[in-house]
Amino acid sequence: MAASAGIYLSQDPALPPNGGSWQGYTLGGLGLALILWLAWLGIRKRQYRNNRGTLEGWASAHVYLGGIALPVAATLHGGFQFGLNVHTLAYALMAGVILSGLYGLYTYLRFPPLLVRNRGDQSMDERLAELDRIDKEALETASRCDESVHTAVHSALDRTAVGGGFRDQLFARDRSRVLLPGTGKREGRNVLVANRGQRAVVDYLAQRIPDTSKHGEAERLRELLYVFGRRAELLQRLRREISLQLRMKLWLAIHVPLTVALLAALTVHVVTVFFYW
Amino acid sequence: MTGHYGIAVIGAGPAGLSAAGRAAEHDAQDGEAGHILLEGAPHHANTIQRYQKGKHVMDEPGYLDLRSPIEFNAGTREAILDTWAEDIRATGINLQCGAEVTAIDGERGDFTLRCADGTEITADNVILAIGTQGNPRRLGVEGDDSAFVQYQLDDPDEYADEDIVVVGAGDAAIENALGLARQNRVVIVNRRNEFSRAKQGNLDAVLAAINDRDLAFSCRYQSNVKGLQPPSAPGEPGAIVLDTPDGEEAIPCHRVIARLGSIPPRGFLERCGIELPNESPEALPELDEHYQSNVPGLYVIGALAGYPLIKQAMNQGHDVVEFIKGHDIKPVEHPLLQLKFGLLPYRADVDEILALYQQRVPMFARMNTLAFRELILESEIRYAVGDETAHEELRERRRTLRERRIAEIEQARADEDRRRSEAGKPPKPRRPVEEPDITKLLRAGDYVYRDGEYTNTFFTIVEGEVTLRSDNGPETRLTAGQFFGEMSLLSGRPRIGDAVVSADTILIETPRRTMVKLMAANAEVAEGIETVFLQRTLQQFFAPSVSYSALRDIARQVTTSRFNRGDTIYSEGDTGDRLYLIRSGTVALTSRRDGREIAVGHPQSGQTFGQMALMGDPVRRESAVAAVRTEVIEIEREEFLALLRKSPDSVPQLQAETTRQLQQASRMEAVPESSSVISFLLDQGLGEATDALVIDETLCIGCDNCEIACAETHDGVSRLNRKAGMRFAHVNLPIACRHCEQPHCMKECPPDAIHREPSGEVFIDDSCIGCGNCETNCPYDVIKMSYEPPKKPGLLQWLLMGRGPGPGEDPLAEPTEAAQEAGKKAVKCDACRDRPAGPACVQSCPTGAAVRLSPADFADLAERN
Repeated sequence: MAASAGIYLSQDPALPPNGGSWQGYTLGGLGLALILWLAWLGIRKRQYRNNRGTLEGWASAHVYLGGIALPVAATLHGGFQFGLNVHTLAYALMAGVILSGLYGLYTYLRFPPLLVRNRGDQSMDERLAELDRIDKEALETASRCDESVHTAVHSALDRTAVGGGFRDQLFARDRSRVLLPGTGKREGRNVLVANRGQRAVVDYLAQRIPDTSKHGEAERLRELLYVFGRRAELLQRLRREISLQLRMKLWLAIHVPLTVALLAALTVHVVTVFFYW
Repeated sequence: MTGHYGIAVIGAGPAGLSAAGRAAEHDAQDGEAGHILLEGAPHHANTIQRYQKGKHVMDEPGYLDLRSPIEFNAGTREAILDTWAEDIRATGINLQCGAEVTAIDGERGDFTLRCADGTEITADNVILAIGTQGNPRRLGVEGDDSAFVQYQLDDPDEYADEDIVVVGAGDAAIENALGLARQNRVVIVNRRNEFSRAKQGNLDAVLAAINDRDLAFSCRYQSNVKGLQPPSAPGEPGAIVLDTPDGEEAIPCHRVIARLGSIPPRGFLERCGIELPNESPEALPELDEHYQSNVPGLYVIGALAGYPLIKQAMNQGHDVVEFIKGHDIKPVEHPLLQLKFGLLPYRADVDEILALYQQRVPMFARMNTLAFRELILESEIRYAVGDETAHEELRERRRTLRERRIAEIEQARADEDRRRSEAGKPPKPRRPVEEPDITKLLRAGDYVYRDGEYTNTFFTIVEGEVTLRSDNGPETRLTAGQFFGEMSLLSGRPRIGDAVVSADTILIETPRRTMVKLMAANAEVAEGIETVFLQRTLQQFFAPSVSYSALRDIARQVTTSRFNRGDTIYSEGDTGDRLYLIRSGTVALTSRRDGREIAVGHPQSGQTFGQMALMGDPVRRESAVAAVRTEVIEIEREEFLALLRKSPDSVPQLQAETTRQLQQASRMEAVPESSSVISFLLDQGLGEATDALVIDETLCIGCDNCEIACAETHDGVSRLNRKAGMRFAHVNLPIACRHCEQPHCMKECPPDAIHREPSGEVFIDDSCIGCGNCETNCPYDVIKMSYEPPKKPGLLQWLLMGRGPGPGEDPLAEPTEAAQEAGKKAVKCDACRDRPAGPACVQSCPTGAAVRLSPADFADLAERN
């Protein structure tokens, strides 16, 4: 950085700072080399047979050089001249790449510990297995309950939603639904209501408990209540895990295409500079 | 039946038939009737007659040729018996069945043989080939003579839909168990943790049956019969009580079949005047190299001579007749031994060298000559030369010997094929000529092994000198007759210290398998090795400045105990009077603080624990529980003090070690979170790991680059599974090989395809036959069976043109036809033993989350965070 600044300041004060002076070419060359090397990480990380250096070292250098050295070199190379042209486009793309990269860095630092906390010593497979097990338990218990409870439990399981569309995944939205006996005007019909966080079915079960007369029904409903409580928790953790995992990958969907665009713009920039300047 | 014969052969089994056949050939040449073959049973080869119908009889060992007028190839029981009946007729053997010999008197030239029916014959020479089958070994628990227990099974199809327990791990037990499993539910009980005594084919079959999930066939390893509960009424099931590594287990069953081998008929041998070397019921007669017993003219061959394999017995039958006839021929394995001794500076014959070596090594001195010969056959001879020109000359000679041997084998094969084609037989299918096993050359000053190497062969010095060096303590010089390498052999731990060879030194390097077999068969050898092991261990830990031989008396006082996983060695609050030195395994030390168990240490093999009891605090401040199957040496106060008296200067060192342990314990106690991470790791069996992959989840971004790198560097199949790993706090323990201290996978690999690099990596070589044993034996599910995946397009083709599935294991890959033909092979992590940059999973982790650790690093991992 200091070297880049030194080169920048050493320019002839008679002329405005420009990419066309020898200092400008040096800084531009440096920036180009940096960009090519930084983009090479995509290849390097897939060269699994390469025995030189650890990927950790490469990634670390990628962050430092890309996050600090490149913006300095490139900005000074441009001499703060911006306009509506391909050169500024290249600069803007580069800025986009760097910003998306910095956001990526943030996700890599921030989300793994969140994932650990969210996981609670359970792997995804274990959690799915537990979910499966308690679902079976719920069905089994429900089959010994009142018909309306059975319907509610069955539909709550059936209409549980995990994942879903892109935004649902990203924001860990819960679009679960459940069929419950209607009240008021809809008395006597089953109605489909939102079951976010399994709340609706939990409320329904909790309301039924004080109202039972059948032998053992209360105990079974308590059991179901527990199962749905636990389900809600497991499902929420699953959604959160999906969301966090997605966020850790999503930035790459901006970072990488922008890099490709940057390389294209850069090619145009270099070619035009040398041939048409 | 009377008369006088030059040679009387007793027992018409393979050995007897072969001897009588050879004698008959001589008689036919000389035009006399000079031999007789006496058999107590009504037909020849009684043991094989009693085999199950259709049983496949094998012709191990493969490296040995058959030398006999009686033909023998692997085949069914029926085919072999028919061939032999035919050969008995063709060679003109004078076979007398139903003639049970009850006594033999006299000596060479004047033997009198009395039969059960009162008749007598006389003979110049007697060949005893009666085997040991008449005398089964019993279970040795109460009720072992009841009808609930059988020692013989004639027809397995007699029983159906029963629960049957078969006790034994030999060929007979395996064959009975497999036969019974067709119609019954079978449990086979093996005293050891592998079927080391079984022949190859049986080994494969039994392991396949154990691995077969559709078959009601299971095995209890490392289990002994503790008692029997015979059925209360006929038809009701009884039970057999076993002592297993997981505790006592009673298995209900309808019958118990015990196939524990047989023991020599001691009484009969003694009546014949044959001396036995010791009181053991298994003692075999001592023989000279011509199979002659202490009674001149009385020869013993076959199983009774210590050779239970058919082919060896038949070769002995042939050879013994030649010896009697005065022809001093060489045994079939003679050329193999000649090559092993090929470069040694002797002008002596193979037999002389063998005799010399046996004399020289006290431990081998009392071994049966033939057993010793076998040991050498399976061992390597190493010769260290001091002089460089001599070394160069020997290398040249080695090349010549090698080429000559290969030419000889090829010539012999060509000759045999020509004879076969002349006789109208097709040529034999053959494997490529194996590399001849010639004396291995070393230079003076070479390392036989180095500190920290994971090798486990056993070395015996027959000439010259070897120096053992370790960081603490003086050098130990070992000379002819002494052995070394027993520490790694017995403990499975890496070598401690270096072993350096001097000029003109000759070593016998015996593989672990052979030594284990020998120690199982020969209590004297086992005891000798065990004692020296203890002496050297005590020397290393407590008295480095004292010669190990001075510790002999103390070594005899200490005891070795075994604990199964989860067994308590001592509990907090107990009063202790001993310290423990871990021989193998890991111990979890925990202490109760505010009502919860906190891990305070996890000493591993080669470390001590509980020494505070002898250093001023007799009350145990922690509980000690075996984290994996563990063997410990217990040293009581008296021996401890005796050791310290001999070596007072080791006290500070011991105190320093204790201080270190106490510091670690206090560190762990202070942070219960990290202590619980360690407990988790130990619960997952990581106590026996030497190199385990662990992922720090606070750094892991879930990119799966570790798995992809693994697949990319290992033929397209990843050997680790990150997602399925067990998780606790910030630790993810992916499913990947931990390179156990004593690898479970390495036991029972039929082609011996699993090896350990000196640097510790356990790997599977190309000779894997895909039997799935290692997969079954691995308690951590890290081995999988997999086809070789098809080749993929290169990285750039994928990156630029989207061709192929891209880097990493392709879950949709279909194996090619060739790969399907070759079958699934076992694949596991080899810790990238060939990569200069080390394990690819670690190298390819972009955030440094993936690390490889051994138990010593647990504390650091637990404290990250």
